[in-house]
Amino acid sequence: MYKILLASRYLIKRRISYLAFLAVALCVFIVIVVMTVMIGLVSDFKEKNHSFAGDCVVGTDSLVGFAYYADFADEVAKLDFVESTSTVINTYGLINRSGTDVSRGVQIFGIDPKSHSLATGFGRTVHYHKDDISKVFVPAYDTNLPGCVLGIDMAMIRDLRGKYQFGQMPFNTKFSISCFPLTAKGALAKAGAGEINTKTFSYSDVSQSGLARIDSSLIYIPFEQAQLLCGMGGVDKRASRIHIKFKSDVRLGTGTNKVGALWRDYMRKNKDKAKANLFETVTVQTWKEHRRSFVAAMEKEQTVLTVMFSLVGITTVFIIFVVFYMIICHKSKDIGILKSIGVSNSGIIGLFSSFAVFLASLGSCMGVFGGWLFLRKINSIEDWLFARFGFQMWDRSIYAIGDIPNQIELRTVLVIIISAFAACLVGAIVPAWQGAKLRPVESLQVNQL
Amino acid sequence: MSNDKYILQAEGILKSYRMGAAELKVLKGVDFAIEKGEFVAIIGASGSGKSTLLHLLGALDKPDEGVVKFEGKEINWANGKELNRFRNKMVGFVFQFYHLLDELNVQENVYLPAMVSKSVLGWFSGSMVAKNRAKKLLCQLGLDERIGHKPYQLSGGERQRVAIARALMNEPKLLLADEPTGNLDSATGNGILEVFENLNRTGQTIVMVTHDEHIAARAGRIITLADGKVSSS
Repeated sequence: MYKILLASRYLIKRRISYLAFLAVALCVFIVIVVMTVMIGLVSDFKEKNHSFAGDCVVGTDSLVGFAYYADFADEVAKLDFVESTSTVINTYGLINRSGTDVSRGVQIFGIDPKSHSLATGFGRTVHYHKDDISKVFVPAYDTNLPGCVLGIDMAMIRDLRGKYQFGQMPFNTKFSISCFPLTAKGALAKAGAGEINTKTFSYSDVSQSGLARIDSSLIYIPFEQAQLLCGMGGVDKRASRIHIKFKSDVRLGTGTNKVGALWRDYMRKNKDKAKANLFETVTVQTWKEHRRSFVAAMEKEQTVLTVMFSLVGITTVFIIFVVFYMIICHKSKDIGILKSIGVSNSGIIGLFSSFAVFLASLGSCMGVFGGWLFLRKINSIEDWLFARFGFQMWDRSIYAIGDIPNQIELRTVLVIIISAFAACLVGAIVPAWQGAKLRPVESLQVNQL
Repeated sequence: MSNDKYILQAEGILKSYRMGAAELKVLKGVDFAIEKGEFVAIIGASGSGKSTLLHLLGALDKPDEGVVKFEGKEINWANGKELNRFRNKMVGFVFQFYHLLDELNVQENVYLPAMVSKSVLGWFSGSMVAKNRAKKLLCQLGLDERIGHKPYQLSGGERQRVAIARALMNEPKLLLADEPTGNLDSATGNGILEVFENLNRTGQTIVMVTHDEHIAARAGRIITLADGKVSSS
């Protein structure tokens, strides 16, 4: 009981305790804010990539694509753990807005909007046809033309607050898209002046995936139109990828392995077919593997940040250690007094450990509360800073980041609190142990440990 | 000398300290015995080893050689738990500089030894008894108006009386006082000595260290330390 009494009095009566308390609170606050924002950004980025790719992708990066995809897609669709599939043409071309002479390179996705929305999050990214995704390629004006869905940054300008100004309907404009049609062997399918396939599309919608690179350079067109544009039609039709969505209870790795096994079996069965050589470049990947060049960079940033904060954490432990060392140095006489009335060494360590636990509890509570309050208001604060001083954490006209993530994860909070307790205990126990091992007469005589 | 009438016995006590490379021999073979109920003053010049001897008698330190016996039982080689119990229950210390805890008030300082001897649950059940005893001791020592005060709000004499009350809290068999009046004016010091005399009259064994012969004369017996040994007893 004396430990609780004295520890609480040390906490209240000693001004240096307030410094230790503030050090703990400040560290907890900073780590919670930074980790929440960083984890939020990474999770958001991963979720957007997951939404863009579905769960599993069977396909090739080759612009030639691979043949006999339809039979395989049917086999995959029959698997009991697969919810839906979407076959996609992925190619590159030039886009030119009607009435202008400026062309720019774009990535082109040929999709069936309905199946693609089932297999990926595409349906949630469009603006004008959210309610009926099957009509996303039906233009509002030139109904004779096929529609196209532009990445939102190709169609609109993001304002300084990261918002877009949508009209009631997509504006009336047409785009001509040109591709080099390729044979199954990778050669140009046409020769001479007409070696390029060009088709005009009417702008029918925009897609906002939240992935800057996708939104600024990807255009969706109907699957069949894309197949014709890039020369993948004909006898043995080709496609680039099959995006697959698993049922919710299926583990990503398990499902992908099963699809991989099915693909190997399918290759074996079809190895004698004319264009079986195109199977060689086909891979079966989880969405993470498929998008690894983007996700890995973000994860690496998170790892670097975690390492940096581990270093900050070590510094914090040292600061708390120094503060505790100073407190316990000042209390060496008390240690001697307590020993003279029969307090054991473990009792001394227990006393200062209780002090550390009080400090950690109060510091953590204050830090978590401060962090929660700050994160709750972080976007309002940023808005105010932007309105008053033009300051933004990220320039929204450049970065496709909406609000600053502010959802505190319980797991993160627990890890940070446990770390704060560990830091305080380590900081307290070492000098307390040093003080406790002194003979009582030494503690009473000296003022320094 | 192992007789039941002795509460404390020191046999062949040697104690030295290291001062850099040199070794300073403070006690060079101290022998004496103290009977139950005695009021003994240990007197000697500054640096004669009086305080060192008192610390050894109270198990705050260990001799290099020799034996300290409390009620016939050796205390220097007792384990930590036994020593803690000994310091908590058997002896009470009164120091020259009071050594009160600044964060606690007068009553809390006094009942602290009782708190130390009890577990959390034990304290919840027995705290009223301890608090009442602390109050009673403080009243006996004329500090009933100072119960809720902090040590820094008290005079030197009052602080020393609080220290005496704390030393008596667990009803120890032996009271050890290290220059208890050394930091007080003569009138206040006289008051403290009267407290000791009254306690001794109730049967309390007291060992007091002092360098002042007049103060020592108030004790029932004087042990004189000179050159690290008992020169007269």
